[in-house]
Amino acid sequence: MGTATGVYHTSYRADLALRHTRAEYLRLGLALCAVVAVPFLVSPYWLTIVNQIGIAVIGAIGLNILVGFTGLISLGQGGFLAVGAYTSALLAAKAGFPFPLDVACAVLATAAMGTLFGLPALRLKGLYLAIATLASQQIILWVVTHWDVVTGGTSALLVPPAQLFGWQIAGDMTWYWVIALCAGAATLAATNLMRTGLGRAFVAIRDHDVAAEVIGVDPFRYKLLAFLVSSAFVGLAGALTARYNLIVTWERFTLDVSILYLAMIIVGGLGSVSGAIYGAAFMIAVPVWIEELSRNLSGLAFLQDDMPAIQQLIFGLTIVLFLIFEPRGLARIWQRMKDYFRLWPFRY
Amino acid sequence: METFIQLSINGLSNGAILALAALGFVLIYKATGVINFAQGEFLLIAGFVIWFVLVEVGLPWFAGIGVAVLVGIALGLVIERLVLRPMVGEPVISVIMVTIGLAAVLGSIVQIIWGTRPRPFPDFIPAGSVELFGATVAQNRLWAIGIVAVALVGFAVFYTRSRDGVAMRAVADDQQAALAQGISGRRTFGLAWALAGISAVFGGALVANLIGVSGGISSFGLLVFPVVILGRLDSVPGAVVGGAIIGLLSSYTGGYVGGGLETVIPYMALLAILLVKPYGLFGQVRIERV
Repeated sequence: MGTATGVYHTSYRADLALRHTRAEYLRLGLALCAVVAVPFLVSPYWLTIVNQIGIAVIGAIGLNILVGFTGLISLGQGGFLAVGAYTSALLAAKAGFPFPLDVACAVLATAAMGTLFGLPALRLKGLYLAIATLASQQIILWVVTHWDVVTGGTSALLVPPAQLFGWQIAGDMTWYWVIALCAGAATLAATNLMRTGLGRAFVAIRDHDVAAEVIGVDPFRYKLLAFLVSSAFVGLAGALTARYNLIVTWERFTLDVSILYLAMIIVGGLGSVSGAIYGAAFMIAVPVWIEELSRNLSGLAFLQDDMPAIQQLIFGLTIVLFLIFEPRGLARIWQRMKDYFRLWPFRY
Repeated sequence: METFIQLSINGLSNGAILALAALGFVLIYKATGVINFAQGEFLLIAGFVIWFVLVEVGLPWFAGIGVAVLVGIALGLVIERLVLRPMVGEPVISVIMVTIGLAAVLGSIVQIIWGTRPRPFPDFIPAGSVELFGATVAQNRLWAIGIVAVALVGFAVFYTRSRDGVAMRAVADDQQAALAQGISGRRTFGLAWALAGISAVFGGALVANLIGVSGGISSFGLLVFPVVILGRLDSVPGAVVGGAIIGLLSSYTGGYVGGGLETVIPYMALLAILLVKPYGLFGQVRIERV
């Protein structure tokens, strides 16, 4: 977050602070106001979209810890989401676990599973790791669709509505607050994580693994920890998907979902917590927005038939164009906008 | 014994097609270091173009192959120039994601032009069945093996005999040294993508011949990864052996074990190989490890 003229902190406390300037506190306040105001401003349909975005934010932050901060490429996001969703759904539906407990168990289970499938990362990196996690994705999904006795195979799994202290969490409005709370906690946790030794070890491994090992960062340990921490976030996202939708089907966790999440963090900005938020909102809202646009504008009505293909086309183009023209994503664009106004009327 | 022979022929023919698909993948990786997730969509486009020329336009099959080859070359060149060249020197994740994005774009363009309805592929190789060692074997499977063998020999001759082929091997071996010899890197990169487009035409035609013209062709392309990991990412003979192993493995699993295990067994083999011998069955130890 360097500014054009340098950083003038005079104490470690100030250097470690999450927010440095009054403008940053102001923006935080505005963002909080927006979070409180959103459910009252949007239509009921868009509230479901906003809830999906909230869940995706948690998953995208998790993936960004692994890919953006530690530099380990994972195509297994969909599989890990499935582990979280199915664990939570099964514990709630078949074992009768009360609401927050099944989610907590799902987080633990996904973290364990993520660590297990992270084992290849100890020997591999770069594209070999990408292919290994692709295999994990296919294997997890295969188990989900073929382990009929437990997961119900390819048929949908129904989840009972969540209850907290005898009070039923139902409806998009109530869920909005639950999801916003979880997403806020995840954001805060991830931002703070990057100030700790653990987070810095992740970044050290990403920037140069050999150098990291030389200065005493054990790559074996921290790569597995990265998988563990990241999968815990993903497990939370998966569990919330299950409990919010009241139904779990395997189609929600295919390779396409893994790619969607990778697209989120690339469009948002690799290695940036706020980037994961921008990316999740962008990649989920844009397809919906395009569909609404084509439905409302009569001149575009002919696009209706090909809508899934057009959404996919724009999805692919977004990834390609961002990578070619702004590889550091929306977070970088936002940073440049802030710099522009801060320095105005000068260019630098 | 009958089942065994049938399964072997099925496995080998699937493996041969996989090897051909993997060849395009290996060509690109060898010359440019790019891992092409859009290889399945290359096959898909080739399948649809041939189907279109043969069935909708009504030209003979060699015209269909010819048009598809031209489309494949053009596609490879355009993609290399517009998408991959700006990506030179970018981190691995960016290069992987750009080809994934490309796969989405190509897949959706096919869907916009031709829709999602699966079509039967015209019989351009004899269907029927023949007796072989006492087992009934589909004739098109034997043809598939033969066509792949011819195509692979063709590529091998190009690689060892032609000027461009030798230049490509030089670039793959040592890029700096090759450039210092006056070999054009751009030309070689373009050529690698064009060749991948051509190999996709044969692969696409054969896949479409087996499973029909539909989006399923591109998911077939995903099976390329177990093949190339088994054989080594940059080895052409490795792709052939890897294809045969994966083809036979899933064919035997499907025949003797069943239960859908055959769809996932290639990936299990992939993970096992990566954990035990990450540089593939035939590779020398060059993988970077930390």
